[in-house]
Amino acid sequence: MSVPANHVTAVIGPSGCGKSTYVRCLNRMHETIPDAHAEGEVKVGDMEVYADGTDPVDVRRKIGMVFQKPNPFPTMSIYDNVAAGLRLNGLHNRKQMDELVERSLELAALWDEVKDMLHKQSGASLSGGQQQRLCIARALAVEPDVLLMDEPCSALDPISTSKIEELIFQLKQHYTVVIVTHNMQQAARVAEFTGFFLMGSLIEFDKTEKIFTTPADKRTEDYITGRFG
Amino acid sequence: MRSRFQQGLDELRDRLLRIGGLAEQAIDRATEAYRTRDAKFCQMVFSGENAINQAERDIDELAIDLLAMQQPMAIDLRFIMAVIKINADLERVGDQAVNIAQRVLDLVSEPEVELPVDIPKMATSVSTMVQRALESFLDGHAEVAESVLQMDNVVDRMKDEAFVVLVQKMQSDPQLTRAALNVLLIARNLERIADHATNIAEDVIFWVRGADVRHGGAHYPI
Repeated sequence: MSVPANHVTAVIGPSGCGKSTYVRCLNRMHETIPDAHAEGEVKVGDMEVYADGTDPVDVRRKIGMVFQKPNPFPTMSIYDNVAAGLRLNGLHNRKQMDELVERSLELAALWDEVKDMLHKQSGASLSGGQQQRLCIARALAVEPDVLLMDEPCSALDPISTSKIEELIFQLKQHYTVVIVTHNMQQAARVAEFTGFFLMGSLIEFDKTEKIFTTPADKRTEDYITGRFG
Repeated sequence: MRSRFQQGLDELRDRLLRIGGLAEQAIDRATEAYRTRDAKFCQMVFSGENAINQAERDIDELAIDLLAMQQPMAIDLRFIMAVIKINADLERVGDQAVNIAQRVLDLVSEPEVELPVDIPKMATSVSTMVQRALESFLDGHAEVAESVLQMDNVVDRMKDEAFVVLVQKMQSDPQLTRAALNVLLIARNLERIADHATNIAEDVIFWVRGADVRHGGAHYPI
């Protein structure tokens, strides 16, 4: 599966089909699970994700991830949440850090809502939708090329969902986005390309409008028309 | 047990077949009016129009409800889109039958004249096209729909020939102009009905195969 740069690609499929597992393999996140292993290869530009000399920390800096449930560091301020990744990557220059935090929060469409309480409020004090945008800002702060999103809206109300979807649309100007979603309407709304997974295999990958109007594979059609899955 | 959505799709299909039946009946009655010169059949066409218009509104309403409430995808989405378009075509078929009935009323107000155009034959071809188009919809049969597309040329030719002979008739015998003009308009109405049958067949092909064959092309979305 070839994910086009600066586009949004959706990964859809029934529960347990392997879509989250697939996305986790893209930035070696599966290695955090004991005994998990991956086969095959993943390339992001020139980087061979599974080459012997490749550091998983570098991989995850280049390929950021946002999870289903917003997971800000609860005791840290909004500012420190965004700055955490930068500090881990060795940045200590205050001015540079301020700029990057502001830029990341702006990219995540959260800056205007939190700019007056960056140090006063903790990440956990924000609403669910704001927390998720904070997590996106945190992922963007380390300037990745690719952003993986594993059902980023499933815990959010429709208004917050629509904000995140609008954000995803804006983000593709600067990033390549891969989004796992159970919500097919969401895939249809935000993604230009869609891959359908079933029982661990990629069944069909095509332009989103093709997948949702005239899919080539019967199994894709049966799934998206709700006939199984 | 069928899902609520599937029940909605079945209901939509049944309603479309019902409006299709009403449209076919309107063509038959208009043709019968021409053949027998009996105004009673014209009145039947006029009084049947309301039922067609009401059926059209009901189908649109149900289709929009299904789109809004169920957000259908792929073949279901294509089916509902096809139904919406076929529905509009069938309502127009009803309008054309009304136009024919109006021409027949004008024809029978004058003494009967001999004109060298076989309207009942043309009407039979057109009726067959509508019937096959609806059959292709009933069975989801793209091959039957394709056969309708091929028949359209035959009806077009009949209309062109009628045009030529009727214009000649009007020139050679101006007293027949009114009757010839009525018959020419009837031929044109029939040819329009054939166009609607063609549209219906194209929509069935779109629903079944996902291919857009309108305007002589076979466009598969890429």
